[in-house]
Amino acid sequence: MRIITELCDICGTCVSVCPADAIIVEEFQVSIDNARCIECGKCRQVCPARAIEGDVK
Amino acid sequence: MIKDRYDVVIIGAGPAGSVAGRFAAEKGASVLIMERDREAGIPVRCAEGVSVNGIKPFIEFDKKWVAATIDAACLHSPDGEKAFMYNNGKGLVLERRIFDTELCHLAVNAGAELLMKANATGLEYTGGKISGVHFRHQGENKTIKCSLVIGADGVESRVGRWAGMKTALNLDDLDTCVQYTVSGYKGEQNVCHFYFGLDVSPGGYIWIFPKSKGVANIGIGISGHLAEVKGPKEYLDEFMDKEYPEVQTNYIVYGGVPTAWGLEKYIDDNIMLVGDAARQVNPMTGGGIVQAMIAARLAGQVAAAAVEKGDFSYSFLKQYKKDWDVKLGSIQKTMYSMKEKFMRMDDGRFNKLVQICQNIPREEFSLKRLFMESMKGDPKLMAELARAFVVSKINLKKN
Ligand SMILES: Cc1cc2nc3c(=O)[nH]c(=O)nc-3n(C[C@H](O)[C@H](O)[C@H](O)COP(=O)(O)OP(=O)(O)OC[C@H]3O[C@@H](n4cnc5c(N)ncnc54)[C@H](O)[C@@H]3O)c2cc1C
Ligand code: SF4
Ligand code: SF4
Repeated sequence: MRIITELCDICGTCVSVCPADAIIVEEFQVSIDNARCIECGKCRQVCPARAIEGDVK
Repeated sequence: MIKDRYDVVIIGAGPAGSVAGRFAAEKGASVLIMERDREAGIPVRCAEGVSVNGIKPFIEFDKKWVAATIDAACLHSPDGEKAFMYNNGKGLVLERRIFDTELCHLAVNAGAELLMKANATGLEYTGGKISGVHFRHQGENKTIKCSLVIGADGVESRVGRWAGMKTALNLDDLDTCVQYTVSGYKGEQNVCHFYFGLDVSPGGYIWIFPKSKGVANIGIGISGHLAEVKGPKEYLDEFMDKEYPEVQTNYIVYGGVPTAWGLEKYIDDNIMLVGDAARQVNPMTGGGIVQAMIAARLAGQVAAAAVEKGDFSYSFLKQYKKDWDVKLGSIQKTMYSMKEKFMRMDDGRFNKLVQICQNIPREEFSLKRLFMESMKGDPKLMAELARAFVVSKINLKKN
């Protein structure tokens, strides 16, 4: 999973559904820690800005 | 200059954080509120609708944070019918940027300290107990000591996760939202609008909240479990093209609203969660400002009592849960059961409900009357809602 920084609004919606605590929020950037990500696709489904891409397991 | 240690560190300076900070500081606790952004209430991820009665206990009325007064809500059914619900000036559209800042001022006046542009990154533990907060500020990693952490970090609710609480939401307990603030809006300034329907806004609704002349918040929330193929922005853009092609969008925000009934665990030794972080939003309407303030006052008061007694154990802090359950927690479960029903309602049912509203004369309108008329007009729906209500009561007794 990957967050397209240019599209991301840093709204935290993806973080709220991630079952693996894999999403990191910094002051100006949100990113995914692929070592923790289980590729469930929940973040991609709820991102209102459609800023997340990647394949779901 | 901030100190090395506080009784209470609050993470997040939204309505939940600043109200909790105010009520804790007022009773003598030393309080630090840290906020990731440069300013409270920015960006405004909110439609800004509240009731006058809801906010009255928390802030003295000042028109500088009021964008509009609402006298009526217009419900739009999927088949294009309209019904008005009147509330005669009891609704407000806020300027949250000013409102949230004002709530921060009140916390500071009560003795709380504020640290902006400070992003909490984790909890410090000493001997297995929470003893502080790690954060990043001005390019440096720092730690601040405290006896109690209050997580008021909004929908993300990471603070709770750091403490081992299960705050991750199911997809059908999250509304994914987009909102445009537009100019050139020609609708009435004292009427808000809600649009329902599976093709309009599945599992949620589209709202219009007018602000000052010609400006309005037009937004949508759809249930996360229905957002796979088509997202909220696509639905909203279709709606705008059809209904409001003439307006200009000045501002776009994205956001999420938790529509769970609450959280199983949001209090533990040395930590409490409050507001969106504790999923204290009304799951039926998605309104969370007043709910967050109500919960925050309770949490702030318990925090102050804990400081006075020097007891930060779960068994002391759980008073906050007791108070919340009495105040609103039980209603939350009823609202949640109703949400479950509404979320799965078909268009025919929505059409029928709007028809029922239409038949109530303006001067006789009240929620009670709506309920009575609905009983007559759609007994099956009402039976289901009543059952939802009873089930929620039973669940409540079990807990
Ligand atoms: C599109 C939309 C429309 C809405 N419309 C309405 C409405 O009309 N009426 C209504 O009542 N409610 C509405 N809500 C809900 C309402 O906005 C929230 O319920 C309310 O803001 C909750 O307040 P809070 O203080 O809990 O969280 P927030 O207001 O979200 O505040 C949380 C704060 O914590 C900060 N934070 C987060 N993580 C960290 C960290 N690690 N370190 C430091 N700071 C951090 C954030 O920057 C933020 O400032 C809407 C929500 C959305 C998304
Ligand atoms: S939900 Fe989308 S826009 Fe919001 S923080 Fe996550 S990636 Fe960014
Ligand atoms: S795919 Fe699933 S596990 Fe990975 S970041 Fe998204 S929500 Fe978290």
